[in-house]
Amino acid sequence: MGGAVDLLLEPLRYGFLLRALVAAILVGATCALVGSYVVLKGLAFIGDALAHVAFTGIVVAFLAGFSFYVGALAAAIAAGLGIGWVTRRVGLSTDTAIGIVFSGVFALGVVLMAIGIRTYTVDLFSYVFGDILAVRARDLWLIAAAGALVLTVMLALYKELLFAHFDPVVAEAAGLPVGALQLLLLLLLSITVVVSVQAVGVVLVLAMLVTPAATAALVARRMPSMMVLAVLFGAVAALVGFYLSYYLSVPSGGAIVLVATVLFLAVATIVRGRGAWRRLMAARS
Amino acid sequence: MGRGTVTLDAATRATTAPAIQVEGLTTGYRRGEPVLRDISFQVERGALVGVLGPNGSGKSTLFRSLLGLLPPWQGRVLIDGRPARPNPDVAYIPQRETIDWDFPVTVLDVTLMGRYPRLGLFRRPGKADRELVLWALEQVGMVDFRDRLIAELSGGQRQRVFLARALAQEPDLFLLDEPVSGVDAPTQHFVFELLERLCRQGKTALVATHDLSCVAQRFDRVLLLNREVIAYGPPQEVFTEALLNRTFQSHLLLLRYGDRVIVVEGEEGDGRSC
Repeated sequence: MGGAVDLLLEPLRYGFLLRALVAAILVGATCALVGSYVVLKGLAFIGDALAHVAFTGIVVAFLAGFSFYVGALAAAIAAGLGIGWVTRRVGLSTDTAIGIVFSGVFALGVVLMAIGIRTYTVDLFSYVFGDILAVRARDLWLIAAAGALVLTVMLALYKELLFAHFDPVVAEAAGLPVGALQLLLLLLLSITVVVSVQAVGVVLVLAMLVTPAATAALVARRMPSMMVLAVLFGAVAALVGFYLSYYLSVPSGGAIVLVATVLFLAVATIVRGRGAWRRLMAARS
Repeated sequence: MGRGTVTLDAATRATTAPAIQVEGLTTGYRRGEPVLRDISFQVERGALVGVLGPNGSGKSTLFRSLLGLLPPWQGRVLIDGRPARPNPDVAYIPQRETIDWDFPVTVLDVTLMGRYPRLGLFRRPGKADRELVLWALEQVGMVDFRDRLIAELSGGQRQRVFLARALAQEPDLFLLDEPVSGVDAPTQHFVFELLERLCRQGKTALVATHDLSCVAQRFDRVLLLNREVIAYGPPQEVFTEALLNRTFQSHLLLLRYGDRVIVVEGEEGDGRSC
């Protein structure tokens, strides 16, 4: 008993490990909260695109010599608003356009990284796959601030965001600023992606956005319970993944996402009989 | 904020301004290709008006203009004497559903959304809102389904819920775009009964529908629309072979039987009872 507690407490004696654990949980929870809408509205591809654009923003920030958060955030917000604009102007079938443009931007980031900053390659590598142990005190504050911002906005505008995304046409006719609310969600998504990139990496941000919220969708019957459960699943995946990462010496991003995936499969197996799982898979695209 | 003054305004305008006043409206989506041309008609408060026209005749475009979602290129659209703009006094039930059915929302949640635009920012629905929502669900016979997920309902049941949401919004004007297409016969009958009752209470309703016999029996006015106004008036004046032929062209077959005109729809005909 005492041994188990020691196992849990041991890593936390080190300040940087405690910081990493708190950061992981905050990232898991924030991603899952925004992820509820990502899953319901099929925004997974957009979330992925944002993460890739953020990477190029980071590379450019390194080259230009300013804070990588500034670069990533500017790139992701520009991309988020750009997608919102394109979607409203052109219509819904924008997957191909998003795929072309953002793969192109990501490729640019990869090439720039290879040409310009050979000495920093190791650092940048950690943004691709995530390194929660590299989280500094200042990063943790940013992650906490972003989480608080996302939570506050989503609580304060709960009914407006729900109506505007569930039934945009009727919401707009009744006088809600649907376009602005949709852009706001993309903005929150951009911010979430950027602060999560360091913890779980460009490649795995998508999993943190989608998997805990999808797990919640299997069991929740109301929007508030889906959001609460998603946050819970995201936080638990981060917590368990952190310890796995510490004791098995595996990358934190990989460990966290693996736990989230196992959690999803477990819940899906339990509720399979209720058809929720089939509904979730059939409903998309 | 200021709802008291708005209501007072509406009361004073009631004596002068018609519920809907459209004057010389030309509009569309792409420059140089108007969908509607020089539309003019006027709807008095308390009227139940049917909008008839083939697919592509601009019915949905007209509704978008009346909602203030599509600005006029020429002419003007006045609702209650004021230029149309999106607001909670007009309830809209669109034809094509842009809804994500896998949202975890119950019948009660969806109906409550009708209250959201009235509440304003940051305010949560209170007891009065919940009572109003339950009353609305009672009106459409869905109160026993209030905890069901919207995904678990049939097409007719969903349509009843959207009607309940529109009722909960407490609008003066109802705009219903094909509310009974693809809906079971009892619901169809029920929707028209409810609309008649609402209009007797002073609400105004504009309904796009394919069901000519229903319109003939129940509606006060008919707008025959095909990119322009073909005719507007009481059903008995407007339902002539010449006018219906001009409206529907090849989409529709007209039969004479004694002194009656029988209409058979060529395409999506659903000659169900109303």
